[in-house]
Amino acid sequence: MSLWATLNRTVFKRTSTFALAVASGTFFFERTFDVASQAIFEHINKGKLWKDIKHKYE
Amino acid sequence: MAAAVGRICGARLFRNTGIVGPQVCQLSTSAQGWTRNRKLLLSTLGVVGGGVGALLFALEQSVQASGSEAHPPHQPWSHDGWFKSLDHASIRRGYEVYKQVCKACHSLQYIAFRNLVNVSHTEEEAKAEAAEVMIKDGPDEEGNFFERPGKLSDYFPSPYPNENAARAANNGAYPPDLSLICSGRKGGEDYIFALLTGYMDPPAGVTLREGQNYNPYFPGGAISMAQSLFDEAAEYSDGTPPTASQLAKDVATFLRWCSEPELDDRRLMMIKVIGMFSLLSAVVYYFKRHKWATLKSRKLAYKPVSKK
Ligand code: HEC
Repeated sequence: MSLWATLNRTVFKRTSTFALAVASGTFFFERTFDVASQAIFEHINKGKLWKDIKHKYE
Repeated sequence: MAAAVGRICGARLFRNTGIVGPQVCQLSTSAQGWTRNRKLLLSTLGVVGGGVGALLFALEQSVQASGSEAHPPHQPWSHDGWFKSLDHASIRRGYEVYKQVCKACHSLQYIAFRNLVNVSHTEEEAKAEAAEVMIKDGPDEEGNFFERPGKLSDYFPSPYPNENAARAANNGAYPPDLSLICSGRKGGEDYIFALLTGYMDPPAGVTLREGQNYNPYFPGGAISMAQSLFDEAAEYSDGTPPTASQLAKDVATFLRWCSEPELDDRRLMMIKVIGMFSLLSAVVYYFKRHKWATLKSRKLAYKPVSKK
């Protein structure tokens, strides 16, 4: 049986599991998305941010 | 409400056309053309909108060309660009310039010492900066005002108690507060850089009053602020050579941060927005294909009903 069908049967069919999937999906998606964006931002601006220069003053 | 809608739309609304009917109507352009009035209204709107836009653009352009002041050249700021953050080492040096030079005349009343924390200074350093200045506080239990060393929560003290005192000390000219100057002047940091480094002797025919200086970037040319940035006019704690242009660049960056402390967050948000909207447009594209698949692959066949 395909993965999609399995997923459909076990998760999406019942409202309780479906809601849980939405909530936890949101949590993990948002976390990864934020971390990834932050990493891109810090990569682009390497050396200019406070976290890059603060070791000099502590 | 329902009655009003019914009156306007007539019986059209209540007729059952099935789900495909309205979609097909919208698909074909020839079957149901726009009425004359609709066309007239829309083209009038388009012409008026375009005309107003063009007029505004023309006015703005002519204002730019009509002044006698020089236009500040654009400098390659390291925070120029969709994803580029401010250079925090430069903000820190700019703060040093403000403290050693500009603070003598200009207030910075919307910035507090706590704002420096984790931007250009550590918490300890910001506390030390605050402790260096005396802040007027009170009234105490006996009703007297007193001076105390600054705390993190204090805003930067102003050099003059009020505008009149500031004018009296500067030949009648008021040194504006610098907190929002970078957003408040056309050209932003380019203007500030050009202004601070652009002093020169007045050209022939220009007479200046007592206490005025000539600066081609200042509207009118006669500015009451004397040139304040020279090579070594300030000292940097990180050992960068304090040339006049370096000082101007750093203080301009610092003032950009003062005007827009949220600039770094906005740049980060730009990355997030682009990421999120590309995901969403992928979903929308898929959904559009999904919904149109039936319509595009549909064949309409007309079967004549034979009369018996
Ligand atoms: C000796 C006092 C003095 C010092 C020091 C000083 N300024 Fe000024 N500044 C003035 C005065 C007075 C004006 C008002 C000029 C006018 O309106 O003709 C002014 C105006 C300005 C303006 C506004 C120009 C405009 O477009 O209206 C800016 C920006 C500025 N100063 C930035 C600075 C910066 C940055 C420094 C530090 C490097 C500095 N100033 C140091 C006295 C000073």
